[in-house]
Amino acid sequence: MKEDYQMMVKTYEEAGGKPDVFKDSSFAHLVVNKNKVLGSHLVDGLRLDAKETDNGVDIDLTLEKGVRIDNPVHLCFGVLPEEGRQEIKLKALIEKGSEISILAHCVFPNAVKVQHIMDGEIVLEDNAVFRYDEVHYHGLTGGIEVIPRIKIEVGKEARLTMNFFLLKGRVGELDADYLAEVEENGVVEMMVKAYGYGEDKIRIRERVKLLGKGARGLLKSRIAVREKADSEVVSELEASAPNARGHVDCIEIVQNEAKARAVPLVSVSHEKAQVTHEAAIGSVNQKELETLMARGLKQEEAIDTIIGGMLK
Amino acid sequence: MLEIQDLTLERGGKAIFQKINLTIEDGEIYSILGPNGAGKSSLAYTLMGCSGYKLNGGKIFFDGKDITDLPIWQRAKMGITLAWQEPARFEGLLVEDYIQLGMKEKNKEEVKEALQGVLLAPDLYLKRKVDKTLSGGERKRIELAAIFTMRPRLAILDEPDSGVDILALNNVMKFVCSLRDRGATVILITHSAEAAKIAGRAALIGEGYLIKQGAAQEVVEYFEKRCLSCPKFA
Repeated sequence: MKEDYQMMVKTYEEAGGKPDVFKDSSFAHLVVNKNKVLGSHLVDGLRLDAKETDNGVDIDLTLEKGVRIDNPVHLCFGVLPEEGRQEIKLKALIEKGSEISILAHCVFPNAVKVQHIMDGEIVLEDNAVFRYDEVHYHGLTGGIEVIPRIKIEVGKEARLTMNFFLLKGRVGELDADYLAEVEENGVVEMMVKAYGYGEDKIRIRERVKLLGKGARGLLKSRIAVREKADSEVVSELEASAPNARGHVDCIEIVQNEAKARAVPLVSVSHEKAQVTHEAAIGSVNQKELETLMARGLKQEEAIDTIIGGMLK
Repeated sequence: MLEIQDLTLERGGKAIFQKINLTIEDGEIYSILGPNGAGKSSLAYTLMGCSGYKLNGGKIFFDGKDITDLPIWQRAKMGITLAWQEPARFEGLLVEDYIQLGMKEKNKEEVKEALQGVLLAPDLYLKRKVDKTLSGGERKRIELAAIFTMRPRLAILDEPDSGVDILALNNVMKFVCSLRDRGATVILITHSAEAAKIAGRAALIGEGYLIKQGAAQEVVEYFEKRCLSCPKFA
């Protein structure tokens, strides 16, 4: 168990995390390998109940009304063996006027046949602020499936920022589905960045319903695929209330035999609502490429610089 | 330094320029002047070796070496660079990193100096991104700063004076001189007679032909009398 913990922390560090936070009592954290809770620490105002199940962990997280947690809460989920299945059920309630930021690292360094399923329900009550960053660190075999399903309710004047990064190691198969419903003057910003190669498959479906007056939504995706990787991003944004505003912004860069599709589905059912979208799919922009080459970078270096910037 | 012999370019079956011959001397500012659509920018892209600008005829020599078929990056390694009229934008790339891309040795102090040289406060710009949040004028000035730190031997500046306000224009022209003063030869592409005057020599291009070359003052006067008054170019 102790060895597993040390290995998780080491992998967490390789994934870009700062392991010192696990020793610092001002940072709340939770470390889970497959279905074992290896470590946890809470701070005032945050309730977190993690129950081990056959294949994973059920987590109930509540941030009490009006509580603001200054330091991000660090979550570390992973499967260290080559094979395994991890099911995380997350219920998060961010009560009225509270504020929290969560940084989750999902690490699967040795995955040959691993499935990571996240089933989440997140509720932001009125005036709550919630930032959730999920960073993945995968091995190089591509033997992993990542299947997040998250439903989010965003209350009046509440704000959700959600970022998903899968940039280190092979994607394997990513099949993400997010749905957010936003009430009056609530704000949702979602961003996905992924870099697929080999025979990786990326499927992202993100849906935001702007239900309340003045609700705001931004769906942003940045995907790069090369070799035989395949990606599809479906971004649905509905605005049905006065002054609701939404924007979909998708860029996918394709190299070699890779394939990419972007499907922006925007709908408006109120005369004072507005939704816009922009999508660019294709190879690296020629002018960007030649600008960098005119600084002396070789073509491959220029491509890496452009993709690196986009996915930064 | 740069010798252009009988350069001829067609794109999509249309002649862009024909049989252009020029010689640019080491350390000079040389203006290439002409109305919109004359083929000036195409000439700049051709000299840099951009894709889609493969010559139908002619040769380009740099320091006596035939570079006609060299790719862009090899020309850049020899010291040739280009500032585009509308520079590209790069998502996620910081100004400080972008400017340092072409430097042989990274030097943040030199980056700051270059930004100050184009009237951009380093504290406000180093950590900004070279993306669409910059205005056209800001982006152009950052491009000039990047060219400055690269210490090129030959800088081809495609209309650095367009799209910048009148106050910045004087600064841009000073900057072109400072590039020359630190050892670069500058080809200044412009359709502004005023801007072209900072050069020692100039060439006038119209409809893809080299109409006149010689002392800048002389070429500019010719341009003002013959081209600016010509309804076809006005």
